Amino acid sequence: MSLLRIENLEARHGQLQAVRGISLEVREGETLALVGANGAGKTTLLRAIAGAHRLAAGRVWLDGADVTAVPAFRRLALGIALVPEGRRLFTDMTVEENLLVARAHGRRGPWTVERVLEAFPMLRARLKAKAGSLSGGEQQATAIGRALVANPRVLLLDEVSLGLAPVAVERVYECLETLIAGGATIVLVEQDLARALRVATRVACMLEGSVVLEGAAADMTREQVTEAYFGLSRGVEA
Amino acid sequence: MIWLNQVIQGVLLGGYYALIACGLSFMFGVMRIINLSHGDLGILAAFLVWAIVEHSGMSPFVALALVLPVMGALGWLLQRTMLERSLRAGVLVPLLTTFGLAIVIQNLLFLEFGADIRSLAPAIGDLAYDSWGIGRHIYVGHLAALIFLVAVLMLGGLQLMLARTPLGRSIRAIAEDPDTAELVGIDSRRVYAAAAAIAVMTVAVGGTFLGMRATFSPYAGPAQLIFAFEAVVIGGIGSMWGTLAGGIVLGVAQNLGAQIAPNGFLIAGHAAFLLALGARLARHRLKGLA
Repeated sequence: MSLLRIENLEARHGQLQAVRGISLEVREGETLALVGANGAGKTTLLRAIAGAHRLAAGRVWLDGADVTAVPAFRRLALGIALVPEGRRLFTDMTVEENLLVARAHGRRGPWTVERVLEAFPMLRARLKAKAGSLSGGEQQATAIGRALVANPRVLLLDEVSLGLAPVAVERVYECLETLIAGGATIVLVEQDLARALRVATRVACMLEGSVVLEGAAADMTREQVTEAYFGLSRGVEA
Repeated sequence: MIWLNQVIQGVLLGGYYALIACGLSFMFGVMRIINLSHGDLGILAAFLVWAIVEHSGMSPFVALALVLPVMGALGWLLQRTMLERSLRAGVLVPLLTTFGLAIVIQNLLFLEFGADIRSLAPAIGDLAYDSWGIGRHIYVGHLAALIFLVAVLMLGGLQLMLARTPLGRSIRAIAEDPDTAELVGIDSRRVYAAAAAIAVMTVAVGGTFLGMRATFSPYAGPAQLIFAFEAVVIGGIGSMWGTLAGGIVLGVAQNLGAQIAPNGFLIAGHAAFLLALGARLARHRLKGLA
């Protein structure tokens, strides 16, 4: 049975339909990579799953329970955590405070502030520093840690490599691969195809608000995904 | 020595201004609402305390302890029923809403208590006029010192609550980024309502002390709002210790103004406010140019 299921999801930005009737399923322990060009609707889809973007139509199910009407702040306690695009840390608060604020409202579980520091050792020395003073890589680690301390059942990651130096991207992805190996369930939005294919178990390629290619990452070639990415192969099923 | 005495009296008066200003600053810092009914809510609390004291003969301090939860509940209710809705309609609507609320409070108080000027000073006995004398020209009033101490404790308590408690962290998170705060599990409606309750309780303390140190009437709220607003602008919006500093600057300016000329009290306070406002605008412009 799927842990996260979305059914005919539609979302708008004013008159613009950003997500057009998308249905997807994510099983426990699976990493689904959502790829696609800018404006394909990936971020809107992720925010809609987290409850941060109002749905025009469709339903979201978590472990068999319909969470469509549940507000964003309650979805964290149910187990859906989003690492938003651009990190969106509370910059006037310390790293520790950023983690504690999510910990206070999340689920009880194995992830604690201490465990986040073990997963992201670079944060240990910066625990009392204001989040706004961190480097891009440290900020991204804090943003992921903030989602993890809520002990999510599904972790939604939006463009975690965006704006980071290559070294920082490597470091963040090393940590992600450890998480994935540990059995985390992840939906990952990523523009870097090579990275997405490397870490994902399944890939869904979006174009103009629709999924145009979906399948197991191991069965897909980079050329197939690239064609779907640029709209050269609409309606392909891998 | 007379000038030094005026400075000391100004500092103590600043404690009172900080008391009435901290809720205004708190509400604007968290919810981006300039609550134009802030002073009137303080006067409402003063009247409630006065009514309890008049009918029961109990100490105003005990009466304040009874009024505080009522004012907190009123703040919570105002946020959930009025301010929350007006916030959704844009930044100007809360201004109009709280302006309307101020008019309603003033007229309800007038209807219930009439236009007479009241004071809580008779109910606190010697505390209203006792003082410590330092030399021949310096006097520190017991009540003024108590108000200053309460202001420091309240501002310190608020600062501590914001820094150390889960509610405080939630308030700061929402003040910085309300959308992301929801994503980390914070129920913004509850936190806003709690912040409104805290803000109204603080001004209830301020209003009661106004009743002890001076007089009040149903229409005394707007003047208190102006002093609170000036203290907040001088000290910096959202900063608790800044509010205390702002109150002190305002109080000292007013007292020195009064020493220079009999009508200089208000003029000097407004001048200090305009100078601080000008300095802030100039700093913003310089930052924009850099």
